Amino acid sequence: MGPEGAGTGPEATATPGAWQVATVESVHTESPRVKLFRLKLPGRGNFQAGQYYDIRLSAPDGYQAQRSYSISSSPEEPDVIELTIELITDGEVSSYFHEVVEKGEKIELRGPIGGHFTWTPNYTEPVLLVAGGSGIAPLMSILRHRRTVGAASRMLLMFSVRTESDILFRRDLEQMASEDTNFELVITLTRAVPEGWAGETRRIDPQMIDAAFDMVSREAGGAFDGAKEPDRTFGRAYICGGTGFVESIASYLLETGMDYNEIRTERFGP
Amino acid sequence: MINNRFFGRRRPEPPRPIPPGQYLEDGFPVLSAGPTPRVDTATWEFTIQSSSANGSEGGSETLGSWDWDALNALPQTDFHTDIHCVTKWSKLDTDWRGVTIDTLFEDAGITDPDDFVMAFCDGGYTTNLPVEDIVDGKGLLAHTYDGEPLAPEHGGPVRLLVPHLYFWKSAKWVRGLKFMDQDAPGFWEGYGYNMYGDPWREQRYTGD
Repeated sequence: MGPEGAGTGPEATATPGAWQVATVESVHTESPRVKLFRLKLPGRGNFQAGQYYDIRLSAPDGYQAQRSYSISSSPEEPDVIELTIELITDGEVSSYFHEVVEKGEKIELRGPIGGHFTWTPNYTEPVLLVAGGSGIAPLMSILRHRRTVGAASRMLLMFSVRTESDILFRRDLEQMASEDTNFELVITLTRAVPEGWAGETRRIDPQMIDAAFDMVSREAGGAFDGAKEPDRTFGRAYICGGTGFVESIASYLLETGMDYNEIRTERFGP
Repeated sequence: MINNRFFGRRRPEPPRPIPPGQYLEDGFPVLSAGPTPRVDTATWEFTIQSSSANGSEGGSETLGSWDWDALNALPQTDFHTDIHCVTKWSKLDTDWRGVTIDTLFEDAGITDPDDFVMAFCDGGYTTNLPVEDIVDGKGLLAHTYDGEPLAPEHGGPVRLLVPHLYFWKSAKWVRGLKFMDQDAPGFWEGYGYNMYGDPWREQRYTGD
């Protein structure tokens, strides 16, 4: 089935269905603290890039725990979702996934959920994506979806991680960046920098964001009509990461004059 | 279904029951769909508006309005309460100060309200509530948290506090209430979140 066959249009359901049981198809260690879980759904997932699922674990004595995890796969796979799960210290659900879950395990879940933090190909303005650590997950779904449908819209990803081993989806991202002139990748390492590292080496700050604006503005060349102001090169931004990270970047984007409703955020952690 | 090797409960047992599917959180997570808007109390104003005369198109009148000083001049009320976020965390024993919706209605002379309100906010966020869930001491316009001015990322200068419903109903950066003669979805409700949102009945999403 071609990509146009997936139920990913803006009409995709706004109601998460009932609880259902998925089967773990594979587990992949993506970084020292992050594993990817591919879950086979009993039916079509029908989600939009950027949405998430609720997971519910039930102990033999009846105790239950629920958490939400973003989907990092593309909506074109009709009945499989990939969840990106970071091991949280003392996290009862993430530690179960990391230490216990293996191929074949049944997992109860419900979704897809969320609607503001989504992207569909009918949005054609240039997009700024900003990820901190495992906050890359929903943005990866957006980027994979964009690649699969062959969308020509411009996107720039700023990805902040602590060390080189924390760069999730590195091969996929670097491949996209090399094959697609409309996609720019900026990776910054905030803790340890290996010898020969050519990327950025500090927390994402206004100067780095300004450079991203300049990059898209410059490379757009004559692609935009002359009416567009230089500071409006990105029509929308999606920011996902820890609270402080998202707060500081969203606040700065607001200062640049970006439309409040086009700055879309997902924050995690206390 | 049962996950046979899952035992959970690595966090301390709650001192009293919390709603189903929730876990205890010591911190105060920030969840907002967009940036934290900059709100200046010098120009801040809270209004209560009547329902529109003809459906959704215009025609509403202002029934009451308060600037920052006027809000602070009204009788102040303390709430000591637990809060429950639909993203699964609950926080116990939080302390708030502000002005009850009862006090605002009384000050504005509102005696026969419609059945529903839409709360509206800086940044464009909205959420719908039955009026009976914000009166009789159930709803607060909160400007103080834990003895300090409410921080912007938590909804300051003023957020709605309706602690018996999921916390997305406690709208951050609230600027007013608009009466509605029938219920209509706000921001998250339009994306499939429950129209009412009772955490004890786990009404997270449409149809729960």
